[in-house]
Amino acid sequence: MTAPAKGADASAERRLNMIEAINEALDIMLARDPDVMIFGEDVGYFGGVFRATAGLQAKYGKTRVFDTPISECGIIAAAIGMGAYGLRPVAEIQFADYIYPGLDQIVSEAARIRYRSAGEYTAPLTVRSPFGGGIFGGQTHSQSPEAMFTHVAGLKTVIPSTPHDAKGLLIAAIEDNDPVIFFEPKRIYNGPFSGFYDRPVEPWKRHPDSVVPEGHYRIPLGEARRVSEGEAMTVLAYGTMVHVVDAVAREKGIDIDLLDLRTLVPLDIEAIARSVERTGRCMVVHEATRTSGFGAELAALVQERMFYHLEAPVMRVTGFDTPYPHSLEWAYFPGPVRIGEAMDRLLQD
Amino acid sequence: MAEQVQDTARGGGNRPALALHVPEPRYRPGDAVDFSHVRVSRAGEQARPDERCPASETHGLCTDLIRVLGEDDRAHGPWDPKLDADTLRTMLGHMALTRAFDERMFRGQRQGKTSFYMKCTGEEATSVSAAMALAGDDMVFPSYRQQGILISRGYPLVEMINQIYSNKGDALKGRQLPIMYSSKAHSFFTISGNLATQTPQAVGWAMASASKGDSRIAATWVGEGSTAEGDFHAACTFAAVYNAPVILNVVNNQWAISSFSGFAGGERATFAARAIGYGLAGLRVDGNDALAVYAAERWAADRARANAGPTLIEFFSYRAEGHSTSDDPAGYRSAHEREEWPLGDPIARLRDHLIALGEWDEDRQAAMDRSCAETVRAATKEAERNGILGHGLHQPFETMFEDVYETMPWHLAEQCAQSLREREVKFPEGLHGR
Repeated sequence: MTAPAKGADASAERRLNMIEAINEALDIMLARDPDVMIFGEDVGYFGGVFRATAGLQAKYGKTRVFDTPISECGIIAAAIGMGAYGLRPVAEIQFADYIYPGLDQIVSEAARIRYRSAGEYTAPLTVRSPFGGGIFGGQTHSQSPEAMFTHVAGLKTVIPSTPHDAKGLLIAAIEDNDPVIFFEPKRIYNGPFSGFYDRPVEPWKRHPDSVVPEGHYRIPLGEARRVSEGEAMTVLAYGTMVHVVDAVAREKGIDIDLLDLRTLVPLDIEAIARSVERTGRCMVVHEATRTSGFGAELAALVQERMFYHLEAPVMRVTGFDTPYPHSLEWAYFPGPVRIGEAMDRLLQD
Repeated sequence: MAEQVQDTARGGGNRPALALHVPEPRYRPGDAVDFSHVRVSRAGEQARPDERCPASETHGLCTDLIRVLGEDDRAHGPWDPKLDADTLRTMLGHMALTRAFDERMFRGQRQGKTSFYMKCTGEEATSVSAAMALAGDDMVFPSYRQQGILISRGYPLVEMINQIYSNKGDALKGRQLPIMYSSKAHSFFTISGNLATQTPQAVGWAMASASKGDSRIAATWVGEGSTAEGDFHAACTFAAVYNAPVILNVVNNQWAISSFSGFAGGERATFAARAIGYGLAGLRVDGNDALAVYAAERWAADRARANAGPTLIEFFSYRAEGHSTSDDPAGYRSAHEREEWPLGDPIARLRDHLIALGEWDEDRQAAMDRSCAETVRAATKEAERNGILGHGLHQPFETMFEDVYETMPWHLAEQCAQSLREREVKFPEGLHGR
């Protein structure tokens, strides 16, 4: 698990929230690579509905950072065409819930262009999209559709959980020559959410992983990050749920081995194996709906490869199999109660 | 109360009952065919606006039909591209070679040498003449019936046949359905097989070219049936919004497998007329008139190159054969359509034009046809040395796992090892001799 060394110099004390970190990654890539183009709905002059592209059009001009029609199919397709030309497009889909009109272009086109052309053409695009709930976004601004993309051969799926990782992973995603789906957990854009929604919001600046080095750095895709070291159980999580799980374990005083997967495909199976073989217990946590979620894949992998190290069945803690409700958002969300009970059960087994 | 609800559901009151319209083609198998309703304008009578004109100046042409070759086999009017005889003979040669290739490959599929084939019989001009109007390095995003582009650009027939046979020589490693070619060296994008996805991609490529201050433009082809896809709408919108240097060619060959053009909206408007709503330049062209096709494509290419914007072109044509080797058109349309088609055959029309010019004759035509057949036969023989389609054994198993990603991740490496173990079980004596 290689994150660049932190605290090496004075600049290491610079603290950013996740939006600022993402903005900085985009800024750096626009400056370094004249083939990087950034576009999407409202990303140009306005700088994006979450401000991730703020200031970039003014700095790099509107042929490199620009608004698009409200057409996710067109956005992804244009990115594919630009990639075929030799550019390195970074497209924003305003909410992951809106990605479906572009799905055919992602699944049937971007993911397979390298394969079907035997490497003649590639689709080196990055699709950034805010995902997940917890902001009272209702069923069209809260979904976590990552499993739809992890199921597709040819795509990489990346989900950061801290400002530090968001910057390094986004730079790696943009520099990657394969299509990368980069889901940004919007609930933690401004602070690491503990899952205790009735408590005051924590800003990033008090979190150690808000220290973001200046300049260019890359976090390799396919490497998990160990958030906490423990013996009681392994917990596999990503995005917002990393922070929720961490908070619940601290609250309950359970010493969990918490892995932030960071990249779902390719997956850091070795880190998972090292941890599960040691703890003998494994819990998988995601916000997405349960059935055929990425947790099913994780549970299957752990069972297939680490069965004889397991002392209890692999447990999944997820969102419910319903659309994301508005008023009952916190009843849907796999929060401290659901996670805490599951931890207790897993320890009893 | 319950009655009231029911009344409302039915439409209620004195309002007339609605009726659903489901389009129906004029002719079905066995029907006599009369195409007198197809308005065929006189060659040479369509105005030719300046390439840099406002898009609206072309909109009258969206419901007309640009034609150059007249009944007298002569070229007429302002759209006459005035090509020299050598160029016309080259065009004729590419179209004849395309047709000869189609004949042979269709037969090869029937003989079991491959799984699938699609001819473009009757539509050769829409790819050959259009490709000749572009620069060789203009990027094309074709659909699946534009083999004429590759032939015009000099892509080796042997390479095409290797791909069709998915054999050892197949540059695409046997991964793609026959005819889904790809050749970056010929600025020919990898063909998808999913319909109309290439249309907005071409616009994206053109946007990239413009953003880099390049001089190359993009052109894409789509069938009239596939214009119903949302991708086509996205392409038209993006092309118009960014004034992209792109040509959107719609080949209206009247049929999408068994569904006539009415199922794409052809009963209500021409396909070229879609340009009007988007503010694109639009041209409706006799797709079986090789000179009109060339002239229109050249007009649109010059327009794009001058930063004057994108053009949507409808090539009005007729799919003379089945959709592919997998359907029999006798099951859904009248066999008389082909013979009654009012715009004739593109190869015959260009041949007759050259003869009328005194630049060609029946003997030379016969010699060309023989030469095309021989060229294709020789290429087929050469390609067959690399094998014909056979149970995927032409490519080493590990190639199945390559190019999914730039570098193979662990899970694919594991699956690759599994496939190699399966090979050992299936072929304990090795693959030699198979």
